[in-house]
Amino acid sequence: MISFIKKCATTALSAAFIFACTPQGPNNDSGGVMSVTNAASKVYVAPGNHDEFYAFMSGGFSGQISVYGLPSGRLFRVIPVFSQDPEKGYGYNEETKPMLQTSYGFVPWDDAHHPELSQTDGVPDGRWIFINGNNTPRIARVDLSTFETAEIIEIPNSGGNHSSPFITANSEYVVAGTRFSVPIPNEDIALDQYKEKYKGSLSFISVDQESGDMDVAFQVLVPGYDYDLAHAGKGQSHGWVFFTTYNTEQSNTLKEIGASQNDKDFIAAVNWKKAEEYLAQGKAKEMPASYYNNEYSDETHSATATQKKSVKVLIPEECPGLVYFLPTPKSPHGVDVDPTGEYIVGNGKLSADMSVHSFSKMVQAIENKDFETTIDGIPVLKYESVLDGIVKQAGLGPLHTEFDGKGNAYTSFFISSEVVKWKVDSKEVVDRVPTYYSIGHLMIPGGDSQKPFGKYLVALNKITKDRYLPTGPELAHSAQLYDISGDKMELLLDFPTIGEPHYAQAIPAELITPRSVKTFKLSENQHPYAAKKESEARVERDGNEVHVYMTSIRSHFAPDNIEGLEVGDKVYFHLTNLEQDWDVPHGLSVMGANNAELLVMPGQTETLLWEPQKPGVYPFYCTDFCSALHQEMQGYARVSPQGSTVALDWKTGNRK
Amino acid sequence: MKTLNNIPKVLKFTRNLVLTLIFSSLLFGCGSDAGNENASTESGTTEQTQENMEALTEDLTDPMNNKGVGPVDHVDLGPIDEAMVAEGKAIFEENCTACHKIEERYIGPALKELTVRRSPEWIMNMIMNPNEMVQQDPVAKALLAEYLSPMANQNISREDTRKILEYFRSVDEVK
Ligand SMILES: [Cu+2]
Repeated sequence: MISFIKKCATTALSAAFIFACTPQGPNNDSGGVMSVTNAASKVYVAPGNHDEFYAFMSGGFSGQISVYGLPSGRLFRVIPVFSQDPEKGYGYNEETKPMLQTSYGFVPWDDAHHPELSQTDGVPDGRWIFINGNNTPRIARVDLSTFETAEIIEIPNSGGNHSSPFITANSEYVVAGTRFSVPIPNEDIALDQYKEKYKGSLSFISVDQESGDMDVAFQVLVPGYDYDLAHAGKGQSHGWVFFTTYNTEQSNTLKEIGASQNDKDFIAAVNWKKAEEYLAQGKAKEMPASYYNNEYSDETHSATATQKKSVKVLIPEECPGLVYFLPTPKSPHGVDVDPTGEYIVGNGKLSADMSVHSFSKMVQAIENKDFETTIDGIPVLKYESVLDGIVKQAGLGPLHTEFDGKGNAYTSFFISSEVVKWKVDSKEVVDRVPTYYSIGHLMIPGGDSQKPFGKYLVALNKITKDRYLPTGPELAHSAQLYDISGDKMELLLDFPTIGEPHYAQAIPAELITPRSVKTFKLSENQHPYAAKKESEARVERDGNEVHVYMTSIRSHFAPDNIEGLEVGDKVYFHLTNLEQDWDVPHGLSVMGANNAELLVMPGQTETLLWEPQKPGVYPFYCTDFCSALHQEMQGYARVSPQGSTVALDWKTGNRK
Repeated sequence: MKTLNNIPKVLKFTRNLVLTLIFSSLLFGCGSDAGNENASTESGTTEQTQENMEALTEDLTDPMNNKGVGPVDHVDLGPIDEAMVAEGKAIFEENCTACHKIEERYIGPALKELTVRRSPEWIMNMIMNPNEMVQQDPVAKALLAEYLSPMANQNISREDTRKILEYFRSVDEVK
């Protein structure tokens, strides 16, 4: 079997591999499609019925989260997070522009990697989902009652927020480990001083349990390695967070060679309960910093961007017991903690073996001071003292592991394109299935929590050659759904995804559906430019700023005739949707507007800034088909030359 | 026919219009006409059935006997409560005036004399349950066919709906 895998691996992306590993029919027992009709019936969700699970997939370089139903694989929502989204006006309307504010200015894109559901008692609870912006270090919180981004916090002292935003068992913290070490604070330092001057940071972002409000509670300054992924302890290991590292060589050029020298890199174990003690003792240093915390309010329907100026930093040398290194072969990518909290799986992506550490052995080794050495005040525990066992030669390129709550672990193998199922206690491989192709993360609903919901496994693949109808040089990435309820994993379905889906999380629909917001109450709308009834619709001029207080209801705008606008005006259309019925948004678009449209939910107010460039008459209309008279939902804005004598005027219907 | 006695002449026209609309969407096998008291069914029914049929026809074709479809099956009307009227007016203005005016047809029908055209239950059900009403209630169906723009469900509570009704009553009383 191993030689077969190796053979596959060496030709991983070649047609030979693809054909060799593509299931030939229903009787293929290497984990291919079982009986076609059986698989089809298992993913069939009858019209009008709901899926059992909501799956939240990162959009990768699309910067968004896409929401799919499981088992159907149907896409039913794209949630804009870090990227502007013309569909919903997000990042284009005046209300949401502050969400994308950073210390680098307005950054309308990011590389979103790891969605992470909020948890209570170690189990996803359906309140929020967090996701990291990898490129311009940020963490976003999406409110699952509205499926809208509620908050984005920038991470200071970070270069690439990759090991993020993994969550603690009661959502006390989400974490943000830096992928690239950088000068801290960032300044102009020669690249050949990387080893001496560059540092890593591990940030702990606190989450207010009522409001969800995030704050950078503290950072731990760590050696200048690359911090890759993380997972929080649970059960007995609650109070700890584990981060993988690579590049303990501290190479800063040609890293594919330079960062692959050492036999072992580390898992950094951070004791955040200890950190809280040190904070209480005043051991943290206030370090000057500049980062933004942007929050969206469902009362004002607007976001505010607040600049923060300092951050609390803990130095391991001054805080004994705060951080330990667990040696782990070799460039470990994922670090995954099993549902009991005892086993910490280091997926050494350049190693054929996977090291499984034991939390209780780690505690013992710390007590015994079983240290190999100490780096920057961080004790390196002896590998043999913390190791529970090795999953030997299970495949090539282990990346991520999730759990089914029945004592089984499932690991993705990127190079050999497969999922391998093994027993957590005995480290024995019990099943394997191919993926199509080059799997990165895998996901089991609740699979990184204390109580996995089990049943399905989703493989998130990087390559889909030959799998789909070709679409030119670039093909869709794919998710593959496997039934894991039996002894053997069974492929049920594959479906294309948006961007590069890195990770995903899923939760039973019943945890989200009852909390769903259907409309915003007009009476609670505190937007400063709201027009809460048609009689409040009006147009006001303030110098060259014109504010249109506009309302919409099926099937008209008020006002729908506006005159007296001039070239050079900044025209703000503040549209309040007067509907109080579920699923009746109205849109607003203006001919030639240089941004996007608005899509306004019932009871909400949104603002489109329009700067007309030349005289003329500009139609505007509703973009969201709303009723039989949707086409009639339209109006005109007349623009006159600058300094014209046309009086500002507006109306809805002909005056008597 | 006693309800008609209170209706001004102009409203009789409205009522007839409504009856016509209703009949365009009702599927009665008896083929009877509201204006023809002596119409009989083809199969020659007993007098008892004939009476029932007339009662039923009368019942459904007089909108004041139609309570509509929805949560409200009975409303107790007392003397007009001015406090409720004031609140009802405010709620009406916030939620309804984008489409309704009292004196004139706008997006939806003019609401003057509404309380003598429709039963209080029907009015409340139409406010609270417009989606089902336009699917099931013959009068509401006819109105949708005429106005085309669906009545928006503004998710108004039963309590607030009752206050709007009180406001409508006060409008009609003044006239
Ligand atoms: Cu519309």
